[in-house]
Amino acid sequence: MKITLDIWRQKSPNDKGKFVRYELDGVSKEMTFLEMLDYLNDKLIKAGDEPVAFDSDCREGICGTCGLFINGRPNGPVKGITTCQLNMSVFKDGDTITVEPFRAKAFPVIKDLIVDRSSFDKLIQSGGFISVNTGAAPEANSIPIKKEIAERAFDAGICIGCGSCVAACKNASAMLFVSAKISQLALLPQGQTEAKERVRTMIREMDRLGFGNCTNTGACEAECPKEISLWNIAKMNREYYKATLG
Amino acid sequence: MLNSKIPDGPLAEKWTRYKATCKLVSPANKKKLDIIVVGAGAAGAAAAASMAELGYNVKVFVYQDSSRRAHSIASQGGINATKNYKNDGDSDYRLFYDMIKGGDFRAREANVYRLAEISNNVIDQFVAQGVPFAREYSGYLANRSFGGVQVSRTFYAQGQTGQQCTLAAYQALMRQIKAGKAEMYSRRFVMDLIVIDGKARGIITRNLVTGEIERHGAHAVVFATGGFGTVYYLSTLAINSNGSAAMAAYRKGAFMANPSMAQIHPTSIPVLNDYQAKLTLMSESLRNDGRVWVPKNKGDKRNPNDIPEEERDYYLERRYPAFGNLVPRDVASRAAKERCDAGYGVGSTGLSVYLDFRDAIKAQGKQAIADKYGNLFDLYTKITGMDPYTEPMRIYPASHYTMGGLWVDYNLMTTIQGLYAIGEANFSDHGANRLGASSLLQCAGDGYFILPVTIGDYLSEEIKTPKISVDDPAFDKAEKEAADKLKKLLSINGTQTVTSFHKRLGHIMWQYSGMVRNEEGLNKALKEVNELREEFWKDVKVPGKIDEFNHELEKAFRVADFFDLAELIITDALHRKESCGAHFREEYQTEEGEPLRNDEEYMYVAAWEYTGEKSAPKLHKEPLTFENVKVTKRSYK
Amino acid sequence: MCFPAKIINFNHILMGKLFGSSLAQKLVMALAGFFLILFLLVHLSINLLLLGDNPETFNRAAAFMSGFWLVKIFEVVLIGGLLIHIIMGITLQIQNWIARPTRYKKRYPSQTSFFSKYMIWTGGIVFIFLFIHFLNFWFVRLGFVEGDHHNFYGMAHQLFSYMGYNIIYWISFLILGFHLHHAFQSAFQTFGLNNRKCTPVIKTIGIIYSILVPLGFALIPFVIYFFK
Repeated sequence: MKITLDIWRQKSPNDKGKFVRYELDGVSKEMTFLEMLDYLNDKLIKAGDEPVAFDSDCREGICGTCGLFINGRPNGPVKGITTCQLNMSVFKDGDTITVEPFRAKAFPVIKDLIVDRSSFDKLIQSGGFISVNTGAAPEANSIPIKKEIAERAFDAGICIGCGSCVAACKNASAMLFVSAKISQLALLPQGQTEAKERVRTMIREMDRLGFGNCTNTGACEAECPKEISLWNIAKMNREYYKATLG
Repeated sequence: MLNSKIPDGPLAEKWTRYKATCKLVSPANKKKLDIIVVGAGAAGAAAAASMAELGYNVKVFVYQDSSRRAHSIASQGGINATKNYKNDGDSDYRLFYDMIKGGDFRAREANVYRLAEISNNVIDQFVAQGVPFAREYSGYLANRSFGGVQVSRTFYAQGQTGQQCTLAAYQALMRQIKAGKAEMYSRRFVMDLIVIDGKARGIITRNLVTGEIERHGAHAVVFATGGFGTVYYLSTLAINSNGSAAMAAYRKGAFMANPSMAQIHPTSIPVLNDYQAKLTLMSESLRNDGRVWVPKNKGDKRNPNDIPEEERDYYLERRYPAFGNLVPRDVASRAAKERCDAGYGVGSTGLSVYLDFRDAIKAQGKQAIADKYGNLFDLYTKITGMDPYTEPMRIYPASHYTMGGLWVDYNLMTTIQGLYAIGEANFSDHGANRLGASSLLQCAGDGYFILPVTIGDYLSEEIKTPKISVDDPAFDKAEKEAADKLKKLLSINGTQTVTSFHKRLGHIMWQYSGMVRNEEGLNKALKEVNELREEFWKDVKVPGKIDEFNHELEKAFRVADFFDLAELIITDALHRKESCGAHFREEYQTEEGEPLRNDEEYMYVAAWEYTGEKSAPKLHKEPLTFENVKVTKRSYK
Repeated sequence: MCFPAKIINFNHILMGKLFGSSLAQKLVMALAGFFLILFLLVHLSINLLLLGDNPETFNRAAAFMSGFWLVKIFEVVLIGGLLIHIIMGITLQIQNWIARPTRYKKRYPSQTSFFSKYMIWTGGIVFIFLFIHFLNFWFVRLGFVEGDHHNFYGMAHQLFSYMGYNIIYWISFLILGFHLHHAFQSAFQTFGLNNRKCTPVIKTIGIIYSILVPLGFALIPFVIYFFK
């Protein structure tokens, strides 16, 4: 099939950037979206043009490296997937597809569709861990944890740090990412000792990094490839009130 | 002569004795010592965090934008430990035995035992760090049985155990970065290793964002750079996984051990189209409940659900009645290839077999199966558009894990003083074939509990060495060579893309040096790889400039290394005239088609030494002795 | 509720430091908003007295509301709450705009709550209406309206006899309904109340509230214009 691509091209962080239109023929429905971009790049290279820079690594939806804003939403029109899991079969012959990088002040563009998400690392550095040194751990079964609690922690812990929540949020808020980590660690007895300090420092860091605020629109939950629940944000709010008021 | 430095004493006491007698570095001196860690997946992050906790200054280098992206994150099935929570007779010795036997008696006893011994600490550590492992209703940890063993010793977090464990290590590392004890250099590609007076003293990196070539010095260097299964182009690895750091070490004098021992995983989603960039793994845990079969009639194109029971060939159950669908990976992979080559394969390409859950769903109910494999089934549906609850999955083997890697001694040190290799990057624990759920164990074991101890033994001699200056001529030379190589790649300006070369290389490797090998094919492969390499250096087209973000240039650098690596893999495969584990030479098989080991001549680790660009690598042998297990024929019948 | 100019460090407000953090600001905003939600109920119940034929009942209620000291305190709190709600809303909104300096070219209308995306605008329109509303009050207080000083009944009936005013009134309450539609459940989410049992109930109550309360208000001019 033949498609038209409107792709954001930006040479460097300081370049102004612009959309460039590409007509691409010979796209197969069996390609993934990123394989389609590989195919485009192959053509661009052969034609002596510069290929489109985009990030990807595992290509199986777990590393969180890829992540593009496709036709107005993170990871394109299918719910619950990463960009690398998007198949071209969801598009039709003759479609125009707009491809943009994730946009947020805290995610500056490096080149074309690649953004710098090191702010997520900084968020984890500010408290997204349990302070147990290697060797200091007690026997694993010494603290039983309710199956249901462990599962809830897992459901929050599966966040892949892709940034789709920030990209989807009209306010570029990182609340879902931050809350998933806070909630995971606050649910588990191991993480409760530091829960108050953790929520305070992580929220402070989140504000400092220039993410927007949560207005409870739920766009993050709707676009999260791992379908992480808004429940985590409410849980984080509770944790925060406990930490600041209690 | 290779000295593996295995401590004296009975097997079960070696590690304890080692820890009690190894040299230590005082806290005051640790502050003065710098360590470079390259790669920060489960092994690298665990090591970096643990060494920073001890007080060393740690610099971490990753090619990804964050160490949370490392491919350890994709490990699905689980992590083994000898807790014996199931009371099914597990013990350190039994895990050790299973790994030695699973590795087809080509792994080092002392290393493997040590890993079994610390497996429980690894689980304790992960649980304390907040890994939400699966639990029973009682609140205690759950276990499942996993590929090729008869006890339930695998801890898991649905099908995302690797993700949870890697993130725990990542978080521990982030904590040390916040504490100022570790520094993160992301989007850096390691181009060369610096060796001064026989000791590893630093690395040359390329900043992938600016293109700048940078120098970094340290008292010791740790490579946790993972496997190089991407030499086959299509693999279950991340597409940027590579063998460049390992090759840099190899060229600087580190021996490469058993490079041909590459595991082909039996349960990957088959190739669906020509443009495919990677293969997605379906966890081997699926074989606990899924039954593998092909039609009894060649070219049977019927819908699988319409094929009656008596016309199905459950070939694993037929050939291996004792283990059935749970035979180790290499056995299952070869059996699938054998059926497909014989014309019984299914799907449009005829290159896949069925993994059927019909009977399990009938016996346990759909919900029970969904609880165990729900997210894997979803993943499968997303990729293929087919529903495993109602029709069998289609699977085929794919390049997955490299048991081979940099040769290391008991300290995990390579043949270069002060250069360590941990996790999949080294060769030590899996022999000729890796058992399921033991790669995470090895990564975490090496990173958390082994390296932080053994590196002290070396660094205790380095406390008087001042900070490594990056003005040393060794840095000048390496930096210039690195820049020259990049410039050369850019200057060729040929007609073919980097990826097209990688694909062709992968095809040669898969065809002749994959699941099944023979002398003729390997010789052919050697010739073709050499020709392709020549063509590459004449006709590759790398666009862009050196001093900018240039993905094609990165890829070209990696593919250039893959050629050399491929040559080494083939050389190793050619020399090993036996079949063992993942290395199956057609010339050496029993009448029933089972692998035929040659213990008299090949019970050794083949460690290859670089002798120059144009000359053949030199073989060194580390003889393997098995004092604690009886060397038997590996049979799963 | 007026800050001396020197104390206000606009930058600090933008950086979310005034109330500790973005989360604290949100909480204050939600608390103030929820307070206003409760007040609307009281307001509506008094307004419904307008439908009665006896002006005295309404005027007495209105006088009580503007005269009794406890209510006076309540009034200060109310205006305070309103101002906090508005200031916080605007501050957070400015931060949110700053958080995404480059807009997307194409945005797919998300499947999430439609009204949640336009809170600043629906809120702004409601604020403009409130401004008019307060002006009316001042007119009454200043004696521009016929009858005695506290003839709010008269004023209301007078105003509601103009179709033009009614249209503005109805539009304002329609917009208020939109605002409340998201506001109600959003406040609970901010308070941290979100679970499988309560959330659907809260959402339902929120929807009922955001329909019934504006409808109640809108009914009054309708009845007065057409039936009185």
